[in-house]
Order: sequence, then C-alpha cells, then structure tokens
Amino acid sequence: MMGQSPLVWSLGCVAGLIAIAALAVALSRFRNATPVIYALCLIVSTLGLSSALAALLNPAPVAPTLVLPFGLPWLGANFRLDGLSAFFLAIIGLGGASASLYAIGYGRHEAAPSRVLPFFPAFLAGLNLVPLADDAFTFLIGWEFMSLTSWALVMVQHREAENRRAAYIYIVMASFGTLALLLAFGLLAGAGGDYGFDAIRAASRDGTVAMFVLVLVLLGAGSKAGLVPLHVWLPLAHPAAPSHVSALMSGVMTKVAVYGFVRVLFDLLGEPGWWASAIVLVIGGITAVFGILNALLERDLKRILAWSTIENVGVIFVGIGLALAFKANAMDRAAALALTAALLHAFNHSVFKGLLFFGAGAVLSATGTRDLEALGGLIHRQKITAVVFLVGCLAISALPPFNGFVSEWLLFQAVLQSPELPQWGLKIMVPAIGGLLALAAALAAACFVRVYGIAFLGRPRSPAAANAMEADRFSLAAMWLLAVLCLLAGILPGFLIDAMAPVAQSMVGARMPVQSDVPWLSIVPIAATQSSYNGLLLFLFITLSAGIATFVIHRFASHAVRRGPAWGCGFADPVATSQYSASSFAQPIRRVFATILRAREHVDMPAPGDLRAARFTYETHDLVWVTLYAPLVNTIRFGADRLNRLQFLTIRRYLSLVFLSLVTLLLVLAIWT
Amino acid sequence: MDLIGDLLVQGVQMLLVLALAPLLTGYVRKIKARLLRRRGPSIFQPYRDLARLLRKETVVASSGSWLFSVAPYLIFAATWVAAALVPTFARGLTFSWTADLIAIVALLGSARFFLALAGMDVGTSFGGIGSSREVMIAAMAEPAMLLIVFSLALVAGATQLSTVAAFMASPEVGLRVSLGIAMIALIMVAIAENARVPIDNPATHLELTMVHEAMVLEYSGRHLAMIEFAAALKLLLYMSLLGCLFAPWGLATSGAGPAIWALGIAAYLAKLALGGFLLALFETAMAKMRVFRVPNFLGAALMLALLATLLLFVSRSL
Repeated sequence: MMGQSPLVWSLGCVAGLIAIAALAVALSRFRNATPVIYALCLIVSTLGLSSALAALLNPAPVAPTLVLPFGLPWLGANFRLDGLSAFFLAIIGLGGASASLYAIGYGRHEAAPSRVLPFFPAFLAGLNLVPLADDAFTFLIGWEFMSLTSWALVMVQHREAENRRAAYIYIVMASFGTLALLLAFGLLAGAGGDYGFDAIRAASRDGTVAMFVLVLVLLGAGSKAGLVPLHVWLPLAHPAAPSHVSALMSGVMTKVAVYGFVRVLFDLLGEPGWWASAIVLVIGGITAVFGILNALLERDLKRILAWSTIENVGVIFVGIGLALAFKANAMDRAAALALTAALLHAFNHSVFKGLLFFGAGAVLSATGTRDLEALGGLIHRQKITAVVFLVGCLAISALPPFNGFVSEWLLFQAVLQSPELPQWGLKIMVPAIGGLLALAAALAAACFVRVYGIAFLGRPRSPAAANAMEADRFSLAAMWLLAVLCLLAGILPGFLIDAMAPVAQSMVGARMPVQSDVPWLSIVPIAATQSSYNGLLLFLFITLSAGIATFVIHRFASHAVRRGPAWGCGFADPVATSQYSASSFAQPIRRVFATILRAREHVDMPAPGDLRAARFTYETHDLVWVTLYAPLVNTIRFGADRLNRLQFLTIRRYLSLVFLSLVTLLLVLAIWT
Repeated sequence: MDLIGDLLVQGVQMLLVLALAPLLTGYVRKIKARLLRRRGPSIFQPYRDLARLLRKETVVASSGSWLFSVAPYLIFAATWVAAALVPTFARGLTFSWTADLIAIVALLGSARFFLALAGMDVGTSFGGIGSSREVMIAAMAEPAMLLIVFSLALVAGATQLSTVAAFMASPEVGLRVSLGIAMIALIMVAIAENARVPIDNPATHLELTMVHEAMVLEYSGRHLAMIEFAAALKLLLYMSLLGCLFAPWGLATSGAGPAIWALGIAAYLAKLALGGFLLALFETAMAKMRVFRVPNFLGAALMLALLATLLLFVSRSL
C-alpha cells in the first residue's frame, strides 16, 4: 500500500479541488469568499505538488495503479502515476499553488468573483486529472473538463464583444481538438476496442495506422498547445481570462497538451518511424519563429505573452521531435538528452510564463490597461514588480545565468548530436531547425527588450501609468517565489536533470549522465570534453567581476553625480509621446520580416504647399488566419447560406429529397459490396 | 599546488584581457588614421580617455532609474567574464569548462540585453532608435553565429573552446573549404557584433546613422567608461576567438610553464596586431551601409554558415 500512497494523495487532491468548487458555489454571495477559496486551492495544490515530487524523487519499482468504479461499466476509471505523470503533476501543482497564492491578493480586483471562484478549482481539478488517467475514457473526460472550465474562465468578462469572440473561437477549436483525440484513441484501441492504456500499449499496429494516429494527435494535442496553424485561438483566449488564469492556461494547460502528445507518441504508439520526427520538427521550428515574430508586433501586453507561449511550445516540440528522431535510430543517450531538454523547457516555461503573467496582472490592475503604448516608467512606481518582471524577461529570453538558457542550451546540444543520424533528410534538416531555434531565441530577446523597455522604462505615456501603485503582498510573494525559482533552476540545473532521469528512462530507455557526480555542479550532456555549462560559477563570476568593478570605481573614481534633463540634441521635448513607442521599436523587424507578417506601410505625404498633416499607417495580419481560416470560414458561410434554402421547401420536395437520398444510399451499398 | 598554479594562469588571463583591450582599440584607431594619412592619437589614448572619464562627474538624466546606473557594471562584468573564458595565450585553463562557445555567445547576449534596456531607460527617441536597431542586428547575427558553432562542432566534435582549439592545432584538421567559409561568416558576424564599418561606425556622432552610439548617448563619466571598456573587451574577445579557432599556432597548454606561456603571449600579441591591422584596412576600404542593407549582409553570413555545415556533410560522406 506504501507504493500507492502518492497516487491516492493526488486523486484526493482532485476530489478536494472539486469539493472546493462546490464550496465556492455555496459561498459565492459572501464578500470574503475570495481569499478563503484561493487559500484552500493553495493548500490543496501544495499537497498535490508534494505528492507528485514524492512520486518523482522516490519512484516506486512498479508504477502504482488504481481502478475506481466510475466511467464505462466494463472498464472503470483507471489511474496510474508513473514518472512522466508525476513530472507533469509537479508542474501543475507548482503552477496551481503560485496562481492561488497570487490570486489571494489579485482576486480582490475581480468585478464579478462568482464568475471565477467556482471554475478556478474545477479547472485545476481538470488539469490534475489528465496526467493521472490510465484509460482513454478518463483521459478524455479530464481533457474536456479542463477545456470547458477554462472556456468558462475566458468568458468571465463576457460583456466585451472581443472576449465573446475569443471564447467562441476557443470552444470551436477545443471541440475540434477533442474530436481528433477521440479518433486517435479509437485508432489506437483498434477493432478490439479496449481503451485501457495497458491494452493499447500491448497492441501492435502497422505504419499507416501509426501515421494517422500521429496526425490526429498533432491536431488534438497541438491545437491545445498552440502549434501553428492551430494556434489562432490562443492569443485571443489566454489574455481574455483573469491574469492568474491566463498564467495557468499559458504556463500549465499547454504543458498538459505536451503531456498528452508525449504520452501517446513515446508510450502508447510504440515505435513510429523517423518520418514522424521530421513532421514534428518542422512544425515545431515554424511555430517557434512564427509565434515570436507576431509577439514582436503586438501592442497588448498579455497578448504578447500569449504569442510568446506559442514560441515556447514550438521550442518544446522541436525537442520532442529530436527525441523521436534519435529514438527511431536507437541513439538512446541522445534521445534522453533531447527529451530531457524538452521537458526541462516545459518546466522552465511554466515558471517564467507564470511570473510574467502575474507581472502583467499587476500592471493591469495598477493602470487599468494592457496597451503598451499607454504604459511607461513603471520602474519608478512599481519597484518590486519591476525587479521580478525583469528576471522573468531575462529568463524567457534564454539569457544566462537564468533557467531559460539551460534548457535552450541542452536543446542546442541535442541538435549537435544530429550528424550521427543515418537519414540524409534529417541530417540536413536538423541544423536548419537549429538555426530557426537560434532565430527564435534572438527574436525573443528583442521582444522582451521591447516589452520591458516600453512598459517599465522611459517616461509614463498616460496619467494612469504615472500614478500606478505597487501590487499587494500576496501577488508580490507569488512573483518572488517564481523569480527565485528562475534563478535557482538556472544555476543549479543538475538537480532538476537528475530528478527527470526516471522519466527519460521510461520513455526512451536511457537517461542523461548523473549530474550530481560532476565536480563544481556543472552540467554535462554527453561528456565533459565535448561541452559543459556551469550556471553557478558563471553567476558567481559575474557577481564577483561586477563587485570588483564597483569597488574599484567607487574607491578611485569621481563620486560626483548630477541630475539633469535628458540630452535632446538641442531640442528638448517634454512630451512623453516623443519617446520611442512600441510600434516604432518593432519597425525594423517588421520591415525585415514583412512577407511573413503581412505587414504593409502606407505613407500619405501631402504635396508641397498642401497644409494637411502627413499620415503614416501600417497594418499587419496573421498570415495563417488570412490564408487558411478566413477562406475556410467564408466557405462554411457560403455553404450554410446555400443549405439554408432547404429550410423553405414544400412538402413535395422534402419527400422527393428523402426518396432520392434513400435510392442513392441503396445504390452505394449495392456497389460497395 | 596545482590548483594555485591553475588559478594563477586564469588570473593572468583575466588581467591580460583587461590590460590589452584598450590597447587594441587604440591600435586599430592609429592604423586607420595612418591609412588616411593622418597622424592620429597615440595608441595609448584609450587608457587616457578612460582615466579622464573616471575623473569626471557623472550626469544622470532626471527620468533615469536605478537600471540606468546598474547596467554599465553588469555589461562590463558579463563581457569581462566572457572575454576571460576565450583562450588567449593558453588553452585548457581551470575554468574554461564553465561555459562553452554557445554559453559565451549567450553571455554577450545578456550584456546586450542590458545595454538595449539602458538605451530605453531615459525615454528619449535616440536611445530607442539605437536599441531597436541593435536588437534587429542581433536577431540576424545570433542564428548565423549558432550555425558557425554548429559547423565547428561538427569538425571538432565539441563546443568546448579549449577542445576545439586543440583540435584545430592538430595535424588531422587539414585544409577544409567549409572551415574557410565558416571563418568568413564568423568575421562578418564579428563585424556586426562589434558595431564596426560597414554595419555601424564607431566614430560617428550623426544621429540618424548611429546604432551603438545612440544607445549610450545619455551616458557620461564613470558609467560611460564602463561601457567603452566593455566595447573594447568585446572587440578583443572576437579577435581572440578568431585567433584561437583559425590561427591556433603558439597556443600554450595550461600546465606548460612560464617559458611556453611567454611564447604563447608573444604569439597572441602578434595575432592581435595582424587582426587589428586587417580590421583597420577593411574599415578604411569600406563605406557604411544603410540600416536596411544590414539584413542582407547578415543573411549572407547566415547562408555561408549553413553552406559550411552542409559542405561538411558532403565531404564526410565522400
């Protein structure tokens, strides 16, 4: 029974969260319900996190399973807690706990708490249920529960037309994704129709079925994760929810989608061929670059973060694609490296994306706007938020010594293993994908220089920004927690890599070298002579050199400081709009990547003597929406209009229609056999 | 005893790059002036400039925040650490395994991140224009740099600079076309990263053409000294990188002893002198290009690096 206890604990947490949701419905009319409900969520999430960590750090020899008498009568509800589930439960637990802590303070700004409180714990319960499921039915129930509760949270501010549109597109895409997953599990279960995961694992299937399953899972999990071209809902829906929910949707829900993908591809499907990895790699690389390019053009702070989530999901999928390629060619150590890098990036992204969304929420509640062009100078008003947000920006830009760099570095090391691959297609493709990854990382740095520089630095661009107040204690505590984790995971990544060893072992049959034996706490992907990285020493060296420089300067150089107006080259302009704006900052990149971004600039220059003002406008479009979705929507509209005529036929025509279709079906049947 | 010796060599390297960086900048300026038939300032002028800046009062704009004052020290520290991790006169130093080539490039990325933020801190349009162009150039240069690292790693089987340099010095490397292409690409990236002609002009103060100088326009006094010093260190870093990768002759090993080290230092100085001369010659012969021609320049570097990688695959399979 000892081995089962983490599983029982985790299931207990799911039950506890559902109970909290019920309690929230009952308490919704009380004004003080908000902190109570979030405090309860914090406690249960922390319990869930600790049981997941217990399962991850002390793995049972056989993964514990449990069958509960719900669900399909002949199947029951099967649950299992192996290394992969425990790892993702830890991400969910950490994300849930920090979001709950943040919301104890942030929830006070909510206009209609009764629209949030019941759905938040239910959403957490859905997130926790998916990794625990051990049969397709329970998995899909958890998945759908997660989708619907998050849809309700997107609809919290339903009076704004934009949010309603976002929620509508989200629910359509989510239903489509679940449908694809349903079909994928149907194909996996085969004609026997046994939906338990152990039966699916044991079954054998041929290449065509594997290809269809891959495509369907890419559609199903990929639409939830935000892979291009299924990403269109994500930048609309994630920002529409309250900020702590946005953090969960971006930081955690996309990871549950990654979990679904890894579970099917590495565990259930058996051995897909190397072509599977090629598809995943290309989609991942395109997603990474496309996501961050669009983030660079966006003006809405939370929408920028949502687009950058798409980029990071692309990065994670590149790692998964590499792991698939290495696994298909029995290069187990390289596969372990790639998978560990992908999963580490999933963890890191959940930490810094949570931090950044919390920061965006603090800015939003202090200024009432998410528009970058109305912000500025917040570093003077929100001193602590500015520090932690800066940590988040550095981490997400993959800069040492923070955690984002470690996972990207491991990923590059995995890319460098590709020359050993036997397939020429992969050999040539992987370096190009590596180039795309580097491009995405560099653009991410540009994107977050822009976000931080426009929102927090410079002079305030609106009275609201000039009078912003610092966030409350609970919000700050949650942000501090995640910022410290960003640094710790960046300078001591070896512990994380070692903790993920059982996951890699069970998914690809190998693990990365034991990192705790490496001297000085360096990390070594393959061998120390090839490559190594030591975030701790790098951090110490930078601190030391900066300390020496500061000491020497302050000992020997002049101390005189004078405050004066900024240098305006003879034209001192006190208006804040004369600063560089968010759109002007992005202009060079907008111009360089104009084709991909569908960016057009229009200059209206009056003729000499004409006294009207010159005008400059620019427009950009989501390439995928314009080329794929807009025609699709138009086709559906057109078809629906045509079909609409069927509503107004006479009884004679209806009868002849029925007769005709009967004859056609019979004919088809006759020819078929 | 071993550890103390190792630490000593590492310390010598850290001080060496610090001492040589302004000299290299002054030397390049001197050569450029001579090529233009000017006498030019002494090659020790950068030291005097730094000393003068340190003695001067610092003016901080009234809208500046703490980031504005902290950034110069962080930029300097990150660049110094990065420069100290590239092999100069000896390879296999004690802490050389702290960061491989990718991490060194990323460390410079951290410095650039703070520099671009500092440019935007005061809230003028010049700072913004510089930061915006700087990140555009970096977004092009970094993928090219990574592909160069990739082609080097493919030849040497490592991204650890000491290992790569040791391999490059060994006879088995031979003469390879792809290494030549990678070298050209690396030089192009180095020119862009160091804000040299034709990407940017370190001597210009014409607002519309500035990139690096526009970002640091607000800095003065000791802050400006730190930033100028960091820029000089970065130039030295790229010179050392080119030297240890493509001219690895005379590179001593860590435990070789003082005589070999002295030889290594002499070889290193010769490499710097040659590199600085070529840079000055190149800059004098070129005109600065328009900002929106820069993507073409760096796109060429990217394509060359990719070509170098692909050529390696072809030559490996033959």
